Amino acid sequence: MHFVLPIMGFLIFFPLLVMLGMLAIKNRSIRGWAVNLSAFLIAAASVALLVLRFNAREPLRYAVHSGLTGHLMTVASLLITLYIIFASVRDKKYGTLSLAVIQLGCFLTAEIMMDGRGEAECTLLLDNLSMIMVLLVGVVGSLICIFAVGYMEKYHRHKQMADRSREFFAAIFAFISAMFGLAFSNDLTWLLFFWEVTTFCSFKLISYARREDAIRNSYRALMMNIAGGIAFQLGILFLYKAQGVFELDKLILLAPEAVMLPAVLLAFAGLVKSAQFPFSSWLLGAMVAPTPTSALLHSSTMVKAGVYLIIRLSPLFKDTPAGLTIALIGGVTFLLSSLIAISKHNVKKLLAYSTVSTLGLIVLCAGVGTYQTIWTAVLLMIFHAVAKSLLFLSVGTVEQGIESLNIEDMDALIMRMPKVTLCLLIGIAGMFIAPFGMLISKWAALEALIKANPMLSFFVVFGSSATLFFYTKWMGKLIMIKEPAQMQEGHVSGDEWFTMSSLSGLTLFICIAFPLISSYLIDPYIQYVYHQGANMSQSNEIIMLIMLALILLLPLQIFLQSKQKKRVIAYLCGANITENKQDYEANLQYHTAAQTTKEVELRNYYFEGLFGEEKLGKLGLILSVVLLAVLFGVVFI
Amino acid sequence: MKVLIPAVLFIVLAPIAGGLLNGIDRILSARIQKRVGPHLLQPFYDVLKLMKKENVIVNRSQNVYVVCFLVFTIFTGVLFFTGADILLTVFSSTVAGVFLVLGGYSTYSPYSFIGSERELISMMADEPMVIMMAIGMYMVTKSFRISDMIAYGSPILFALPGIFIGYVFVLTIKMKKSPFDLSSSHHAHQEVVSGIKTEFSGKSLALFEVAHWYENIFLLGTIYLFFASNPMVGVVATLAVYFLEICIDNMAARVKWQLLLKSSWLVAIVAGAVNIFVLYLAEYL
Repeated sequence: MHFVLPIMGFLIFFPLLVMLGMLAIKNRSIRGWAVNLSAFLIAAASVALLVLRFNAREPLRYAVHSGLTGHLMTVASLLITLYIIFASVRDKKYGTLSLAVIQLGCFLTAEIMMDGRGEAECTLLLDNLSMIMVLLVGVVGSLICIFAVGYMEKYHRHKQMADRSREFFAAIFAFISAMFGLAFSNDLTWLLFFWEVTTFCSFKLISYARREDAIRNSYRALMMNIAGGIAFQLGILFLYKAQGVFELDKLILLAPEAVMLPAVLLAFAGLVKSAQFPFSSWLLGAMVAPTPTSALLHSSTMVKAGVYLIIRLSPLFKDTPAGLTIALIGGVTFLLSSLIAISKHNVKKLLAYSTVSTLGLIVLCAGVGTYQTIWTAVLLMIFHAVAKSLLFLSVGTVEQGIESLNIEDMDALIMRMPKVTLCLLIGIAGMFIAPFGMLISKWAALEALIKANPMLSFFVVFGSSATLFFYTKWMGKLIMIKEPAQMQEGHVSGDEWFTMSSLSGLTLFICIAFPLISSYLIDPYIQYVYHQGANMSQSNEIIMLIMLALILLLPLQIFLQSKQKKRVIAYLCGANITENKQDYEANLQYHTAAQTTKEVELRNYYFEGLFGEEKLGKLGLILSVVLLAVLFGVVFI
Repeated sequence: MKVLIPAVLFIVLAPIAGGLLNGIDRILSARIQKRVGPHLLQPFYDVLKLMKKENVIVNRSQNVYVVCFLVFTIFTGVLFFTGADILLTVFSSTVAGVFLVLGGYSTYSPYSFIGSERELISMMADEPMVIMMAIGMYMVTKSFRISDMIAYGSPILFALPGIFIGYVFVLTIKMKKSPFDLSSSHHAHQEVVSGIKTEFSGKSLALFEVAHWYENIFLLGTIYLFFASNPMVGVVATLAVYFLEICIDNMAARVKWQLLLKSSWLVAIVAGAVNIFVLYLAEYL
């Protein structure tokens, strides 16, 4: 047991050291090796922590004598805020500037008013929920770092910009350190500090390309997240003034009525961080960042910090009007962003909307706050982090191969980039097909919601059929067979293959091992908080394993079937140029009425008229603003 | 054993029953159109003949999807008739549908492609109502297991009239009957040739047919659930619904996808959601 604290310290401080190293090392290949080695060490340390804490039922609590660390944090917070003020003056972003000034004011007020609060009884807390966050950051995060080594080398050439990958990797490692800190912190002031660091890293990484849109979007993200940070700070302040408490574990044991205002303020910060309506625009804008950033910060880890906080608070929200309102915000976000995703041609936008929608589903579950919905929420977090980061990275690789992010340019990708497409297919299947991860979670969400409040399940009912639609039509484009085809995946480096195949393996692994993940990781947390166990029935688990086996048999059949079949070209009502497959080299062509030759082109439906961003986005904005008003309204009534 | 026997019975008997029902369907349709119609066993002759035909393909992957479609359709039925979790059964049938759609996409043929797109729209259109059926069943029986629904004492229909109407509405989509037979159709002379099935021939096309027989038996099974407390009434009512679908098929002209999508979601909201809301009120007030 005495190894646990040193490992926790290692996970927070080692990435910081690496960050400094990244800034110092100028040689690119040495830096690449340093990234790989550090990523490996971080992943190994996270897994070691899991092994040491395996099957531990009680959370581990540490009181850290905050003396010097506390002062350092205060100074770092001030420096970050001052930098933001300086930068927003320089870039003439006055909205951000005014919020940053308010934030500075709140911070100083809190420092003065909470002076002499004494030491926290428990500064760092390690339970199974933090353990899950640690594994996501440690394992998925490290894999993404390894991917980034190969990816970033090509990125600057593609985007025709100066190589600043030293800054990139420094920001990534600073972020990883902060995420570990965030997962361990029980003292809310510490949690807030790490929260702000992730906001800052995200800001730096979104603006990385320094193009006009990148700068604009980075400030939008910053502004919204500062607003969330202010709410967080006020929440802590109110909590301390009213109850004399500033620790998360103590907060959730207090009477919900007494702490509803601070809880709602903290949840507000969580809603902003996980890009729920009306704040989703910052996450969509954040997609201008290099793909590893989108995979790491904007889908698998940082945005999960928001839902992580809401999940932590959800025992307070169970059966309260505030909880119901939060659930409704999540529900509206889930439904509308799934529908909007149908209308997206740009695959990164599609993935962004689908990320927002999954986060919405998690918020919906956390707002309801029964033990079953929390079980589901945690399960969703895990599955989504793995499958979505795989999707983002594969899409980034595709972009470097075909120079496009448009789904319509991905016809027959399986013939041009077979291995990358296989990763994509595993990722997509992981997002919506039974028995893969996300579907298990959506199913669990449905059952849990139906038991808690059937009216809330309507969001899932309609939202998941939209998910089915947009993922299947994308999948269909990828698996088309269209000849002749040219291989386009020669550019993918070894690092990138390593990460994509590991993540594909991980996606499959957690589908098979999810009963174990549930009973050894999630269930103990649920037991501890709710004194009730949630698990899936064994017969259902067996059925899902059978389904998985059936799906995995699919590729086998291709090898088994006989090869002597007559091949013809597709039916074109007799207007085709040639009937015979053998002497047919060019693309699928046909005679038009004017006796010219035309190539067959197939285009998906996008339903912009029905599910366009403008129309539904506006609806989402109105609904969510009203719900936010209700959220704060019910606290004061 | 409790699982094995119904599973084997379904796998063996469902295609026979499904084929016979298809034969009856064709005779009835013919009589409605003042034709004599084919022999009752004609669907079986058709499939046997298809099995002997040459399997001409556009590419080597297309048949794999058809096999998966068949396998998951059978699996769905097995889940249903062994009394498994109803939501899981619905999801399994969705997986079957996804394979069907992917099969059409893989050919890169304009007609198969349009058929696939339309099939996908149909799936998006009918899924909400199907899941609401499952929700309603749970609210009445307090269980997600189909075996518990069959064992439930009184007719579930009485608690779920709205859901029943809505479900029969989307059943037309699921059975690919007119006015919702957008993706592929038995009738000749249509704008998408044979829809999804355009590029499939011989054995693969036979598999399509057999899969539809299995699917129809599964779908009729879900109708039976509403009346399961009295098996006699259940069987009669199920056949009556099937007859109704045949009549609708012969009376209606095909609609566009916009109407398909909007009407089935509207029905899901009006008939399904309202029914669930009433149950919810009854329970908590």
